[in-house]
Formats: sequence, structure tokens, C-alpha cells
Amino acid sequence: MELTRRDAAAALAAVGATGGVALGVRRAGDGSASGADGAVGDGESGEELPDDGAVREAMAAIATTVYPEAVSGVDAFVDGFLDGRLDGSAHGEGIRAAVAELESTARSWYDAPVAELSVADRDELLRGLGADTAEENPHGTTAERVRYYVVNELLLALYASPTGGELVGIENPQGYAGGAESYARGPP
Amino acid sequence: MSGAESVGDGRSDAGGGSRGDGVDRTPVPDADVCVVGAGPAGALVADRLAGEHEVVVLDAGPRFDPDERLARQERAIRPFYDRPDVWGVGGDRDAHENAGERAYPLNHARVKGVGGSTLHWQGMVMRLHEDDFNSGTVRGVGPDWPIDYDDLRPYYAEAERELGVAGGSGVDNPYAPPREEPHPMSAFEPSYSDSLFAEACESLGIDIHSVPNARNSEPYDGRSPCVGYGTCQPVCPSGAKYDATVHVERAEEQGATVIDRANVGTLEHDDEDRVTAAVYATPDGEEHRQEADAFVVAAGGVETPRLFLLSASERYPDGLANGSGHVGEFFMDHLFTGAGGTLDEPTRQNHVGFYTSACDQFYDEADESRAPFKLEFFNYAGPSPVEMALSGEDWGDPLLERLCDGYGNHVAMGGLVEQAPQADSRVTLAEDHTDDHGNPVPRIEWSVDDRALDTIERTNEIQVEILEELGADVEWVAGPDATGPAYHHMGTTRMSDDPDRGVVDADCRAHDLENCWIASSSVFPTSGAMNPTLTIAALALRVADDVDARLAGT
Repeated sequence: MELTRRDAAAALAAVGATGGVALGVRRAGDGSASGADGAVGDGESGEELPDDGAVREAMAAIATTVYPEAVSGVDAFVDGFLDGRLDGSAHGEGIRAAVAELESTARSWYDAPVAELSVADRDELLRGLGADTAEENPHGTTAERVRYYVVNELLLALYASPTGGELVGIENPQGYAGGAESYARGPP
Repeated sequence: MSGAESVGDGRSDAGGGSRGDGVDRTPVPDADVCVVGAGPAGALVADRLAGEHEVVVLDAGPRFDPDERLARQERAIRPFYDRPDVWGVGGDRDAHENAGERAYPLNHARVKGVGGSTLHWQGMVMRLHEDDFNSGTVRGVGPDWPIDYDDLRPYYAEAERELGVAGGSGVDNPYAPPREEPHPMSAFEPSYSDSLFAEACESLGIDIHSVPNARNSEPYDGRSPCVGYGTCQPVCPSGAKYDATVHVERAEEQGATVIDRANVGTLEHDDEDRVTAAVYATPDGEEHRQEADAFVVAAGGVETPRLFLLSASERYPDGLANGSGHVGEFFMDHLFTGAGGTLDEPTRQNHVGFYTSACDQFYDEADESRAPFKLEFFNYAGPSPVEMALSGEDWGDPLLERLCDGYGNHVAMGGLVEQAPQADSRVTLAEDHTDDHGNPVPRIEWSVDDRALDTIERTNEIQVEILEELGADVEWVAGPDATGPAYHHMGTTRMSDDPDRGVVDADCRAHDLENCWIASSSVFPTSGAMNPTLTIAALALRVADDVDARLAGT
């Protein structure tokens, strides 16, 4: 099932982001602050935080692992969703920091960035970090923050969108403003 | 700003934004009316009086940013956040004690702030039945109200217009109390699962009918119709569900002043039984006195009695307005009753977060041994797939498989049962536990009478009978042991003509005070089994008329 821009817009609308109008259109200057390796200085720890482009790339890569095989159009969907999430908010910076930890672990374990890992290695990376058994927590351990800002962030985007809902049999999932008619209709 | 972690918390002890936010929270000079509490009752009183009078409203909680509603919705969906986190309830501001035979989850049951608990309510707005006003005489349980259905009837109609109610106008519900005029909006269509229930109910001779929703089925009063976010309780991002910010804004447009984060700790009085000032604390640590000619306490069924108890003085050692000794007593809630299971066919649940069909058929069979009750047919039985997806150890195809297995075939019924008023079910002040302003926190002793518990068993029988007729595999029953409160706080400043038997009179004015009214479900002498907010709203409009008349006469 193809994820569309409408899905990304719906997922964004579900979480209150405003990127819908500019969906798929990179902001001017996006990534311009990045170094050659797609990173910007953290300033506090001395470690580097990924720029928007690197966050998008890593998140899209993780999405191919946590989304079911039946969906296509994942890159554009994640990209569109993140247009509204990487908005300078505390939440957006939480995503960036969690991706940074994921990248750091990937380089340490596999000597490669997340985006270059195989689907199986990404799965192993997430499970090795404990993101599968962790409960989401934006202030918790690395595993809990990766669960919150990466895994659940992506799952929320998918399953609050009409296409994600339809995979499960609900075209108007919770969080999606799919109108007040579908509840009265019988099964297709 | 998007994201559940970008939401302001709103609690006074939460740090950021609570100090030095540049808001003027000083008292309003020459106020005619001071309202304590910006929930539905306070907002309706303020709106009704603001055109003719200088009105100030004080609320202990914050003014919430409407742009944050989607982020609050995200909090409602994500497993990290508990229900009180959605609207920033909890912490020292909202501390309380439980000491009764049943624990009462107070901070799940209320929202503090401008809009009050209508921010998280379900939005069901039924009128009480005629017999509910005469429970003592007709059913032999509790006192009669000092007013009748007919006294409230025009105010019910007005409250329905004010809130915006989509309902069946009594046409399809022969059990509803009499009315002349239709509901302001047409009822929501029955759900697909309602049609399955209707068939089963028909073969059992049980009637099923529409329910009144304070939720727009069409554009109303400048607000959107329902767009199906599916998270009504605890947050409607579209504004289709009525909440009291509607009347707060309208009151402000007419000149009322609404002061948020203004925690009223006491009411002061003079020697002539008049309240003179509401003393409130603001986040900057200052204490202020709001003087007014009339005071309306509209702080809900727990904080209202608490405020009167906190206002004890030499003249009123047992608390203000407490000559009867009943302030805080007779704490009631509606008891939830339910049952659910699965069918071997799709049931289309969780598209919306409200229900569209109910059964009031058994309501007026109530007597000394059987409490009034109503039955509800849910549109949100079983899990929501997106919520399921965020908890578990799987992702990818195994997760999708789990979601498909878990969602799709659920059905459930709910219901509410009246509990009888009992003096030892009550709200008092904790002895050695104080809030962030040093005031004793409310201590709740909640107990439930046997008639209510027996009635829950009866409702379970009907629910299971319907579910079995439907062909459902019944998987859960919320009976007397599993019941819980519906978050309707009632009874703690009861209404009575007799100053020895009640806190307020038939006009909801405190017996002991010349210029102080209570607009709240705390005045209900008995509770019926209908959701209380429409009655709260009707009483609030009636209070406003009485305040207006008395101000005009002085």
C-alpha cells in the first residue's frame, strides 16, 4: 500500500505540526549549516548532532525496518512528516538527539551510518539498544528515548495516517481527522 | 511547535512560565460579581452577567493555548503520558488524600484551568428525569430536590442552545423527559455497530435510541462540526465538542476579566453574613483580595466544599456556609457498569470517540431497591490500533499482524448507575497535608451504597443478554467489584429548603450568606444516573438570573 503525501499531511495534522503546506519542499537553507559529514556541532558535549538532512536519512532508514513490508513510498512519507517535526521545538530537538545516539552506536557496532546498514542490521541495532523492550520515555535511558523519538515517532506517524489505518482495517484512525461519517458505514 | 514534549505543563509547580509571565493578575476594582472557577458553571454565569455587571473570574489553573491541542492529543495517544498529563493535572497544586472504602482517582477526574473539566469531558448532555427531582417521595431514597423538573425545564432548553447540543429532540426516545422544542442540532447518525446492537435489542424487546451530544453535528456557533479525531475524551482538537472556553471568551468580549493561576484560598466575610472578598495567590507569590458585591463559587464538587471549609473563621468555626454541617458530605459519583467482547465480524470501532445510541428504557423503574440507570452502546470498544502500535516488542510485519488480530471485532456496552447520598461519603480537609500554597488538601472518603452495587449487577445481566443475543463472545464484565467513578463530582454542598438539611437554598444561594451562590453539581441532593453537565449548566443560568435580580434590587 502506497503512503502518499496525503498520509504525511494527515500524520502531521494529527500531531499538530504545521509542515503540511510545505510538504515535500525542503526549507530554504535546510542543511546549509552542516559540515561535510552532515553534522552540526552540539556545543555542549562536544559531540556532533546530525543536521536535518542526516536526521531525515536515518529516520527514513529506520522506517523501512519498523514499517511493514506492504507499505511503499516510505522515504517521501517520512520526509514529509519530519518537515513538520523538525521545527525547532523541544520535540524536534529530542528526535535529533536520539538519532545522534543511534548513529553513534551504529558507527561503533557496524562502522557505518544507520542509512548504510541492511534492514536486518538496523533491526539488530534497535534490539541491541533495547528499543524493542523499552517503554517510551522522552527523558529516559537511551533505549527509552530511541523508542520515544525514533521507533514510536515513526509508528505514530504511520498508524495515525489513513493508509496506515487501512492496513489494519480502519480508514479513520485515532488522531486523524477523517470526518464524522466513516463510523456509520459498514465494512467495505 | 509540534510534539507532545513541546506542551506547556500548566501546573503552578512546574517551573517555566509560571512566574513573571507578564500577566496582570491584580484584582478588578469595583467588581459587582466575583466567580470562582472558570469551568462550565462559572463561564456560563460570567457570560450571562458580563453585559450588565463588572464580572471577574478567578481560576486556580492556567489558560491553555488552543494551538497546543494537537500536541495534547498526542499525549492522549502516546503511552508515556497518563491521563492527568494531557492537561497538566497533578503535582502539589492538585494534591489530595484518599481515606474511604474506595480510592477516588481525583486527578484523573478533573482539569484545572480556563475551561475546567469540559476540556476533557465526553460531552454527554442528558436532562435529568422528572422523578430524579423527587427521589425521596417517588423512590424512597435521599431527599427531594427543592425544585422540580418544571423549574429547570426552560433553563435546560437554554443550556442546550448555549452548549450546542446535537440530539434526537425526544422523537426517538420515549423515555426522555418532556420538552417542547427540538435540540439545536440534529442527532449524530447511529454507528455501524449501533445497527448491530439495534437488531439484537429488537429481538429482546429492548429500545435503542439516539443520545444528546454537546458536539457539533453541523457548524454551530462559529465552531466546526466534528471531524473525527477520535480522542474526544480527553481532548477535542477541532473545537466541535463544547468546552467552557466558549463562554469564557464570550464573557471576556463583554468586558469580564478572567484571571488564571489565581488560587483562591479563602473567602472573607463581614459581620452581616456577607462575603467581602476572595483571597487569592498568584504565581509571583503575591496574595490579592478580590472584592465584589456578589460571589459565585463554581469550583466543582471537590474544590467547592474545600474552599468553604478553608474559609472557617471565628464567626464560622466549622467553615463558611456550613451552619448545617453538611459542607463536604454526601459526595457522590455515577458508577460505571459495562460489558464487552468480540464478534466474528467487523464492528468498525474507534473511528470516533463518542457514542451515538443508548437505552433509557429501565431508568424510571427505579425504587428503593433499584437505582436509576442508563445503558450506552459504545463506538470505541476494544483497542485503538495506533495506541496498540506504540506498546509492544514488535515492529514491521509482526506488529501489523498483531494489530490486525487485535482490532476490528470488538463490541462493548457501558452504563451509569446512581449512587445514593450518604453523609459518610465525603470531602474534608486533610490534617497534615498541604498544597503548594500551604492550604490543607482535600481528603476524600468515597463509599458506595448496596442499592447501587445491586443495580450494577442488574445492568450487567441486561448487557450480557444483549451481547449474547448479538452473538458476542463476552470477554469482560465491569460489575460491582470492578466498577469505578464516571468523574462526576456531586452532592457536597447540597440544595435544600431547610437550612439544617442543606448548604444552599432552592436558588443555590448559601443559606448562611447573603451574597454567595454555588453553581456546581455539588448542589445536587441526589444524582440520578444522567451525566450532570447539562443540569450544571441549567442551574448556572438560573443562578445568574438570581444574582442579577438581587443585584438589581440592592
